[in-house]
Amino acid sequence: MSDTDIRHEMQVPVGGGLAIGPAEPVPPDAKGERGRRSKSLAASIIPPILLGGVIVGVWYFVSYVVLSAQRRFLLRPPHQVLEVGFLQWENLSEMLTGLWNTTEVALVGLLIAIVLGMALATLMSQSKLIERAIFPYMVVLQAIPILAIVPLIQFWWGSGEPIWDYPVVSVLNSRVMVCVIIALFPIIVNTLFGLHSAERGMHELFSLHHAGRVTRLRKLMFPAAMPAIFAGLRISAGLSVIGAIVGDFFFGQGAVGIGQLMKRYAARLQGEELLAAVLLSSALGVTVFLLFGWLQTLAIGKWHEEA
Amino acid sequence: MSAATTATRTESLSFERVGMIFPDGTEAVRDVSFTVRKGEFVTIVGPSGCGKSTLLKIASGLLEATSGTVLVDRDRLGYVFQDATLLPWRTVKGNVELLCELHDMPADQRTKVAEEAIRLVGLDGFQGHYPKSLSGGMKMRASLARTLTLKPPVFLFDEPFGAVDEITREHLNEETQQLFQQEGFAGLFITHSIGEAVFMSTRVLVMSARPGRIVAEFDVPFDYPRSPDLRFDPEFAKLSGDVSHALRGSHS
Repeated sequence: MSDTDIRHEMQVPVGGGLAIGPAEPVPPDAKGERGRRSKSLAASIIPPILLGGVIVGVWYFVSYVVLSAQRRFLLRPPHQVLEVGFLQWENLSEMLTGLWNTTEVALVGLLIAIVLGMALATLMSQSKLIERAIFPYMVVLQAIPILAIVPLIQFWWGSGEPIWDYPVVSVLNSRVMVCVIIALFPIIVNTLFGLHSAERGMHELFSLHHAGRVTRLRKLMFPAAMPAIFAGLRISAGLSVIGAIVGDFFFGQGAVGIGQLMKRYAARLQGEELLAAVLLSSALGVTVFLLFGWLQTLAIGKWHEEA
Repeated sequence: MSAATTATRTESLSFERVGMIFPDGTEAVRDVSFTVRKGEFVTIVGPSGCGKSTLLKIASGLLEATSGTVLVDRDRLGYVFQDATLLPWRTVKGNVELLCELHDMPADQRTKVAEEAIRLVGLDGFQGHYPKSLSGGMKMRASLARTLTLKPPVFLFDEPFGAVDEITREHLNEETQQLFQQEGFAGLFITHSIGEAVFMSTRVLVMSARPGRIVAEFDVPFDYPRSPDLRFDPEFAKLSGDVSHALRGSHS
């Protein structure tokens, strides 16, 4: 296929695909612009599609040629994974329910981490003393492998029951706790970095006009911190999803999430479902990442200059 | 030694034997005395690092002088920074309104004052633009407009046009000169460009290398409004030459 054919085929709505951020409206008279853009879109979409084809080819080759019929359960061919994992409703609904449970845990954990992390970072930005006191412990907490902390959390608080059974507070359970611990650090570090990122000249401007602590925080430091905060949010969102899956995998009790399903599928040698569950987890991670990218564009896209 | 920097109700700015020694022992300025009255536009030229900007920081209270006195009304002091220091998350209008906000001006009055300042610097039509879409010259204009909103009787300029290209700088010089004429403030302008200094000022002070002292003073006799062609006047060239000589002398 020649380059022009491909370009012709790629006249899909601009801004579709995996572009992060909302599609920009294309003025009707901007033909040249549109042509150039669809060309660059084609250039960015064709290579991964080609590689995807190669991967599927290798997958088939391994399933049918490398593996003997007795050992084929180790890697079922793609169409079987598609059929069993995504087209049989009882399997798919089981996985989607699990995925939803996991998503819920991840989002609640992320939300708590955001509130707690931003509050701590704000405190730290206001006092060098507090920053010095808290920071080492944050690093220590961050350095503990999540696999080491999961058994401890289970030991103390069980697998899924609320840690404190009060209204509102009861959303915090062991699974959510794992997400909070894993997602907290990037939010604190990025928020703190962001709060310190306002230029000296701007601080001097606020000093000249006798701006108080709160005004300075509200009108200067927080807006200046937004790009860094969003960078932290994207990292933490991804980590929170991982925390929710890992936690679910190890706790093995309570509401069944995608982690427990994967464990179960692996134990029962259900290769198709296992692979489908892995793909769904990955899709969840990508969705969360894109969601926060979109939120970022919505919140600060108008003024922020992407580096 | 007592650091006596006083703030009073006055329409002018006076330095009296001001000296500044930083905690690390660097002597930035020594024994500087001069006054900028209402209707005067005084420029200080000097080599880089001679303590010119330090003088403005002392005048505005960002720094405390180690000796001497500054007489100025701190509450109504215009300060135009080296960079435009616009808040990137605010539109031109939002940026111009910032100082009024910090001084708790009511919203409707704020809008009115901001609109007027924006018109005065020729940014009409750009109210809704964010700084990232403005040129260097337009950013400086927005910064000027922001300072104008408080109608300060004393204006401090800290090398504001150093980062823009030559042609834009000349335009901004002409516009600043017009603003000065219209608003009649007392202006203190810092620069290392002799042409800029002579073109805009009623008086040029030459500062020596560190520790900064005032080593020469020139009155600029040209009438306002000054036409851009003044820059090619023989008298302008002669005066610029004199300032240049004084500046060189201060270096050696």
